[in-house]
Amino acid sequence: MKQTEFLNVVMPFKDKLYRLAKRLLVSREEAEDATQEILLKLWAKNESMGEYKNVEAFAMTMTKNFCLDRLKSKQAGNLKLVHSNYSDENISLQRQLEAEDSVGWMERIMKELPEQQKMVLQLRDVEQYEFEEICDLLDMKPTAVRVALSRARKTVREELIKKHNYGIG
Amino acid sequence: MELDNIEKLLEKYFEATTTVDDERKLREYFSQDDVATHLQQYRPMFNYFSNAKEEKYTKQVPLKPRVNYYKWLSVAAAVVLTFGIYFGKQYQDRKQRELEQAEYAYQETKKAFELLAENFGRGTEKVAYLKEFEEAKQKIYNNN
Repeated sequence: MKQTEFLNVVMPFKDKLYRLAKRLLVSREEAEDATQEILLKLWAKNESMGEYKNVEAFAMTMTKNFCLDRLKSKQAGNLKLVHSNYSDENISLQRQLEAEDSVGWMERIMKELPEQQKMVLQLRDVEQYEFEEICDLLDMKPTAVRVALSRARKTVREELIKKHNYGIG
Repeated sequence: MELDNIEKLLEKYFEATTTVDDERKLREYFSQDDVATHLQQYRPMFNYFSNAKEEKYTKQVPLKPRVNYYKWLSVAAAVVLTFGIYFGKQYQDRKQRELEQAEYAYQETKKAFELLAENFGRGTEKVAYLKEFEEAKQKIYNNN
């Protein structure tokens, strides 16, 4: 497989890898390093890549495993917490400020979730994967995915309501 | 979209029984400006998910076409071998020369010692005469 061909395969989902890595590792640098690592690993395997039915799913699973290993290892001890600048030209300034504030909350709320729920929520609500795909990616039973997803969403809701009420009162 | 429907979808959403399509509808509803007041609290959640998808991986990945290291390995080996032989030869020669010099020095020293030994030998012969003289002298003393 040539470099351009490889890039064509990888390009569509490299952002998804990065976002999953960032969800798990929190810090942008860590996530970038992880993504690069995964892409290089994929590139090293590019000759056998035709054998995989779904390169995207394979890469996502690799990313998940890589990040979980990273978190387990001692290196995770020096993880930095970095807030990213979210910019979206489509929304007006006031809404942007508002959104940034709530983005901050959401970041914090999601950071507190257990890893599995984080991943399920990321894959479903951000990346919009189907349940079957999530089952494959995370190696979980469909019911387990549903339970984790429901729990994650409810936790986020509770936290948001808490924040919301606090903000008003 | 009517509020009723959204509320129903929300309920299903928290039970994780909505489809991807339902969830898209929810995100769409919450991305617009007129969201019912009692649903305002969910806005950050859905907007966050929409925003989160915008984040991009911008770093360049250095994808080097894998160079054939083996090709260069042979070149490196040849260079190392050439230098090895060259310096090895020099070293051998120097060793050889040192050995010859040592041998020469040894021979010369041996020659010098032999000369010394010869002269010492000659000396002892003469001392033997001295002994003879001493004996004779003793005889004379004893007789007297």
